[in-house]
Amino acid sequence: MKVTSRSLLMTGALAATTAIVLSGCATEPEAPQFEGSLTVWVDADRAGVLEEVAAQFEEERGVTVELVTKEFGAIRDDFITQAPTGNGPDIIVGAHDWLGKLVQNGVVAPLELGDKASEFQEVAISAMSYEGQTYGLPYSVENIAMIRNTALVSEQPETFDELLELGEAAGTEYSFLVGLDPNAADPYHLYPLQASFGAPVFEITADGTYDPTALALGNEGGEAFATALAEWGAAGVLNTNITGDIAREEFVAGKSPFFLTGPWNIPAISEAGIEYAIEPIPTAGGETASPFVGVQGFFISARSENTLAANEFLVNYIGTEAVQTALYEVGGRAPALLTAFDAAASNADVAAFGEVGANGNPMPNVPAMDVVWSDWGTTEVAIINGQGDPVELWRAMVESIQSKIDG
Amino acid sequence: MSIHPTASSVAAATATPPPAPPAPVRRIRQARSTRGLIMTIALLSILDAIAVFALFMLFLQEEWLLVGIVLAVTVLLNVIYLRPGWLPAKYLAPGLVFLAIFQIFVVVYSGYIAFTNYGDGRNGSKDDAIQTIVLTAQERVPDSPTYRLTVLEQFGEYFFLVTDPTGEVLLGSADQPLEPVGDFGTDSTGKADSVPGFTTLTFNDLLGNQRAITDLAVQLSDDPNDGALRTPDGSSAYLYLSSLEYDEATDTFVDRSGTVYRDGGDGAFVNDSGRELTPGWTINVGFDNFITAFTTENIRGPLISVTIWTFAFAILSVVTTFALGLFLAIVFNKPLMRGKKIYRIIMILPYAFPGFLSGLVWLGLLNQDFGYVNQVIFGGASIPWLTDPWLAKFSVLLVNLWLGFPYMFLICTGALQSIPEELTEAATVDGARPWAVFRLIKFPLLLVSVAPLLISSFAFNFNNFNIIYMLTGGGPRDVTAGVDAGATDILITLVYKVAFGEGTGRDYGLASAFAILIFLIVATVSIISFRQTKALEELN
Repeated sequence: MKVTSRSLLMTGALAATTAIVLSGCATEPEAPQFEGSLTVWVDADRAGVLEEVAAQFEEERGVTVELVTKEFGAIRDDFITQAPTGNGPDIIVGAHDWLGKLVQNGVVAPLELGDKASEFQEVAISAMSYEGQTYGLPYSVENIAMIRNTALVSEQPETFDELLELGEAAGTEYSFLVGLDPNAADPYHLYPLQASFGAPVFEITADGTYDPTALALGNEGGEAFATALAEWGAAGVLNTNITGDIAREEFVAGKSPFFLTGPWNIPAISEAGIEYAIEPIPTAGGETASPFVGVQGFFISARSENTLAANEFLVNYIGTEAVQTALYEVGGRAPALLTAFDAAASNADVAAFGEVGANGNPMPNVPAMDVVWSDWGTTEVAIINGQGDPVELWRAMVESIQSKIDG
Repeated sequence: MSIHPTASSVAAATATPPPAPPAPVRRIRQARSTRGLIMTIALLSILDAIAVFALFMLFLQEEWLLVGIVLAVTVLLNVIYLRPGWLPAKYLAPGLVFLAIFQIFVVVYSGYIAFTNYGDGRNGSKDDAIQTIVLTAQERVPDSPTYRLTVLEQFGEYFFLVTDPTGEVLLGSADQPLEPVGDFGTDSTGKADSVPGFTTLTFNDLLGNQRAITDLAVQLSDDPNDGALRTPDGSSAYLYLSSLEYDEATDTFVDRSGTVYRDGGDGAFVNDSGRELTPGWTINVGFDNFITAFTTENIRGPLISVTIWTFAFAILSVVTTFALGLFLAIVFNKPLMRGKKIYRIIMILPYAFPGFLSGLVWLGLLNQDFGYVNQVIFGGASIPWLTDPWLAKFSVLLVNLWLGFPYMFLICTGALQSIPEELTEAATVDGARPWAVFRLIKFPLLLVSVAPLLISSFAFNFNNFNIIYMLTGGGPRDVTAGVDAGATDILITLVYKVAFGEGTGRDYGLASAFAILIFLIVATVSIISFRQTKALEELN
């Protein structure tokens, strides 16, 4: 073979490439110190606060925290898919009702809070528990309450019937508003009324957690609630065409004295100059109308190799009053840490919602809830719109849910 | 409706003659400059560096098959680009690699998933499942105290130095249960933090050995039933008892009451009464998913009506969008019309919006009591556009027409403009009326280039998940019918509901099996239609 300048260059270049590539492998880390980093999946709203505390953690503990911003709704499923590959994050931000699914997939590790558990709201800790183990560090709690337009109705109603009478007397277009969906109603918003008939989704055990094997929807209270739903639907109190957005607009326009909603609609209401009061939901069936409480928090991956650092970061950094308060300030959700909550309760709205939430039940976090929501919603639509006998529809729903849970 | 491959084939169908053939290979070889060579080598070294890194990581994870594939592809790419000649390979290689990664791999992988039970509760390996079960079985003994902890090290072994709430100081390790120590140092809070002869580990020392520290269990006493201390954070220890013990020899878990959980062959540990431990793991299940697909009551019951509606939806969507698109294309193709460009841009607008966004907007427009359509157009009528079974079907088609006609308008305009004007003129001279010109000359010529796109449009609408999911969610559902299928559910949305919304949650295995079955339907219809198109082409 004739040696040309081109083939010489080629050989030289190949050698150089090999050298570059091999030198990349040569620096084998031998340091005894921890050199890894914590990867945290967080949504855009919370990323700003975490950036500060991450910098502090890095400075004090020498561990880099890498924040990966993801869309909140995508975190659960991405985490379930990625964690088993060993390439998932160490920590994720999430909602407590994901917990059953996370545990079912074995991707989340228990978190021992020790004595620190007593520093959080009780409902937050019980929401973060599943089958006797605590899994997450809660940072916020939220729930719905009854918002009353004080300019239209000056008196706080004791019962739901009284509320309807007061609403009627106010002479507005609607006596009461709640956002529903034309195809799926909204079991979450209607739940307090259902609970006041004594019909939770699952039986609540002695330690305050749900027993996912014992469906309680089908008890007498549930059927009484179904009958009431049909009456409210016929009377026009509930209208499945009034979506969440429409309900807010109508309330802000002063067309209804009562609005069943959560803290997320308060900014729009106060901006519109409506005088409002945040009150407990009046009972419809005699018992306490407890709303669902949603808790958000942080979870550690069962596949994390950095559990010690992750634990330290959550318990001693995220679990501090300063960080919980900062998270409250960006998200507007009441803090889960008691001291931070007390500080935030100087805001009357937060205090009022918190008071209502004190009577709430955590939204069930068992995996079977996925099955429950869909049938529950479509049946409520059918009942509200009078498409059959309410009790029969309700019974058919319970049967369907039960058969799906049994598989 | 956005089908990029077909959009490019439109361009191909209407394009001017193919580009000039590439210059002869010989000339290019000579022209390959030193600069070009350096560029090639620079790019290849980047590629090789990435490949070597990937190989290194895969080697550590013992993924031998992937090591082989990455190695073979890298060598092949290097040979292709460093060897003179093989010009077609140089052009095709990147495309083929991406085709393999993004198309072939995905299809093969979905096919593989269809034969497994991969899904919620079955999403990892058996080893991972065992590890997680062992981890979550560690239950803190109720009302047990918090022990203040310092981790010590001696000759590479870790020790727990704990101060219990009464102030007693104890020392132990993995093989040695806790025993009182006499000689120790304390910090300012009274917590024991050193013992002569042992090294006290700082938090940063602990971080370097996290697994070892968090896995360490120090027994409280000689009796294992008293429980063991573990630490989640390196500064405090708690007393844990395991509710389940794994026996490697028999591959079983035994709980404290003596119940045995065996590998049930279904990818989970089960006891005799059928209770499963979570999580399970992924296993191959053969054709089980396909059998389930045909035997599940929720699919079988409404299958016929849903299949009919799916075909009706797909065919009607294609026919209506094509008819409107073609009509508008002809109208806007008149040479005398003014402001054609502006009208055309306006026509294409619905195509430019993302489909799911339009779905949400239409959802608001069609609201029974508050929607613009009822309030303004029908003067306050209360028409249940989306909640009446038949009207919902109509609304879905209407919205899909709105979304889909610009695409048809585009391709028809392109195809019309490529039909030579002479043909029309000749026909007119022969005395043909405009309708005859269109029916006998333009339309058949148009179909030759547009028919393949109509078939792909059918395939797209057959699986048009977005529009159904966003607009009606498959509803309205007849709750008394006892099935999950709603009036507007097409096969793909029904499959979504069954595979992702029932039983144990998301069942990717079942979903993949359904996807393969739907693919078979669409492929059959497409092949038959393409045969017909061929015949059409020969006619001309």
